[in-house]
Amino acid sequence: MSTTTLEAVTRGRVRRGRRRRAVLGGLTVAVVAIFAVSLMVGQTFYTPDEVFRVLLGETVPGASFTVGELRLPRAVLALITGLCFGIGGVTFQTMLRNPLASPDIIGISSAAGAAAAFAIIVLNLGEAGVSAFAIVAALGVAVLIYLLSFKDGVAGTRLVLIGIGIAAMLNSATSYVLDQAGQWDLQAATRWLNGSLNGSTWDEAVPVLVALAVFGPILLVQARNLTMLQLGDDTAAALGTRLERTRLISIVAAVGLIAFATSATGPIAFVAFLAGPIAARMVGPGGSLLLPSAVVGSLLVLLADFIGQFAFDTRFPVGVVTGVLGAPYLIFLLVRTNRAGGSL
Amino acid sequence: MTTEHTLEVETLTVGYADRVVIDSLDLLLPPGRITAIVGANACGKSTLLRSMSRLLAPRGGHVLLDGREVHRMPAKELARTLGLLPQSPIAPEGITVADLVGRGRNPHQRILSRWNADDDKAVAAALDATHTASLADRSVDELSGGQRQRVWIAMALAQQTDVLLLDEPTTFLDVSHQIEVLDLLTDLNRNRGTTIVMVLHDLNLAARYADHLIALADGGLHAAGDPAEVLTEDCVRAVFGLDSTVIIDPVSGKPLMLPIGRHHVREPGPTVG
Ligand SMILES: Nc1ncnc2c1ncn2[C@@H]1O[C@H](COP(=O)(O)OP(=O)(O)OP(=O)(O)O)[C@@H](O)[C@H]1O
Ligand SMILES: [Mg+2]
Repeated sequence: MSTTTLEAVTRGRVRRGRRRRAVLGGLTVAVVAIFAVSLMVGQTFYTPDEVFRVLLGETVPGASFTVGELRLPRAVLALITGLCFGIGGVTFQTMLRNPLASPDIIGISSAAGAAAAFAIIVLNLGEAGVSAFAIVAALGVAVLIYLLSFKDGVAGTRLVLIGIGIAAMLNSATSYVLDQAGQWDLQAATRWLNGSLNGSTWDEAVPVLVALAVFGPILLVQARNLTMLQLGDDTAAALGTRLERTRLISIVAAVGLIAFATSATGPIAFVAFLAGPIAARMVGPGGSLLLPSAVVGSLLVLLADFIGQFAFDTRFPVGVVTGVLGAPYLIFLLVRTNRAGGSL
Repeated sequence: MTTEHTLEVETLTVGYADRVVIDSLDLLLPPGRITAIVGANACGKSTLLRSMSRLLAPRGGHVLLDGREVHRMPAKELARTLGLLPQSPIAPEGITVADLVGRGRNPHQRILSRWNADDDKAVAAALDATHTASLADRSVDELSGGQRQRVWIAMALAQQTDVLLLDEPTTFLDVSHQIEVLDLLTDLNRNRGTTIVMVLHDLNLAARYADHLIALADGGLHAAGDPAEVLTEDCVRAVFGLDSTVIIDPVSGKPLMLPIGRHHVREPGPTVG
């Protein structure tokens, strides 16, 4: 082996590593910044100093309630559900080698949303019961889609089409639940169909935090195995990846993240779908996308919620904003798929 | 120098869903040698390689590496000894050549472990051996079929296994690159003692480069042994249903098969002196 090749290989790897760290660092700074701004800005503006004092537990007249009880749970929930959606989405996209195969497109988020709506509105369950209901429904749909559309481990157009159909069915189920319960007000409807952070409380944030602490590390440990799956089953197996084990762990953990996040905020539209491709653009190909997508997911939710609250005269729920952002990309992918003769 | 490994197939039966592709096959792949597997399309060559690298579980029988059943070995341990380059591997969108070749290091890395200098060395050596170093920073999507094939071979080399299975490694390559790849595999075999098992469609190159030739027909063994004994007119007729003339290859002294189709065959007569 020539030393120039070795130097070139090392240089290339160091350069790609640097880019990755720079992008991750930049994204994290952006998340922290928007998080801080969303604590300060609102009907009343509070200075960074006042916000800090609230965070440290001091009692600041006005700020303690507004920042501590209203803005903080909302911002925290935005941050952590963003992480959940981002990492859960890119796990599916990577595992199924298809950007359209994200949980919010193929019906898994809709299942969690429908189950959560049913559990809250009809059954009056508490947080734990709602989350349990959502995760069981989401896993059920994941298994159903898998059985209906998986042939020899290949997930193509078939899986996406079946998933879109199932998502549509589940969304009508959600509408029906809302309708029957006589709770068909705009607030409840947008929350369970598009996702919303209005009226977020600490009680909603806690289960999501727990899910993130449990499933997040499980997925991060699988990160390299997941990137190996991109090479196709034959190559991945030949390079020592345990296919079924990797798939099983990834599906359960990703569905867990999506279900817990969805039972808190509803299925915030397209965040799971968009985070991975945006992260891929930013960090470049090659490495694992789990961590960058998680941070991009967070940034998307925080930013969209901020825009929804303050950019227009009327307030829009976060899911409406992300829906508007995501729809063009979905159309672009569908058109491209169609042009390529239906293969994904 | 590598340690020699024995790879054996015992009464192996494998298939997909409701169809049996290989039915109680027995094979011994000579350690430290080059074996070529030939056979008609869809006769089960890729299926055999896939089950030898444990991607497909056998319905019956065993695949034994040094007497141990490969389907029971830890995945990474097996992948450090036995490598496989599949027939149609998939490159992730946009991945660079260096990154793809680097994926070959996976069995040598632990979960969460960092990339180290050995990994860089293995990647560089693989790039040099396949003459793909100048492509290192290019995206695999943008390469020609032949360049891409050499990059895949580089990935298999970076895995640094003592046994290497290759499914049609010369597809897409022009004649000089075909020879180059086969020469490279021969170097690997002679210099490091790597056991090579490859599926080839070109019977003449198979006969020339292999120490051991295996002819499969319908998932069963038709013949195996020295290419000079295996590659005969009868064998070509039985395995491919094709008439042919087999002569001695003036370059290598190995058998050379000349197919006889329905057209472009001279009337029998005196051969040109
Ligand atoms: N994933 C699969 N599912 C079902 N059947 C399969 C699968 N892969 C291969 N087969 C079938 O198994 C048989 C053997 O296929 P295999 O790929 O092993 O053939 P091959 O000898 O490698 O052919 P080729 O020379 O065309 O590469 C064929 O009839 C094929 O249709
Ligand atoms: Mg084949």
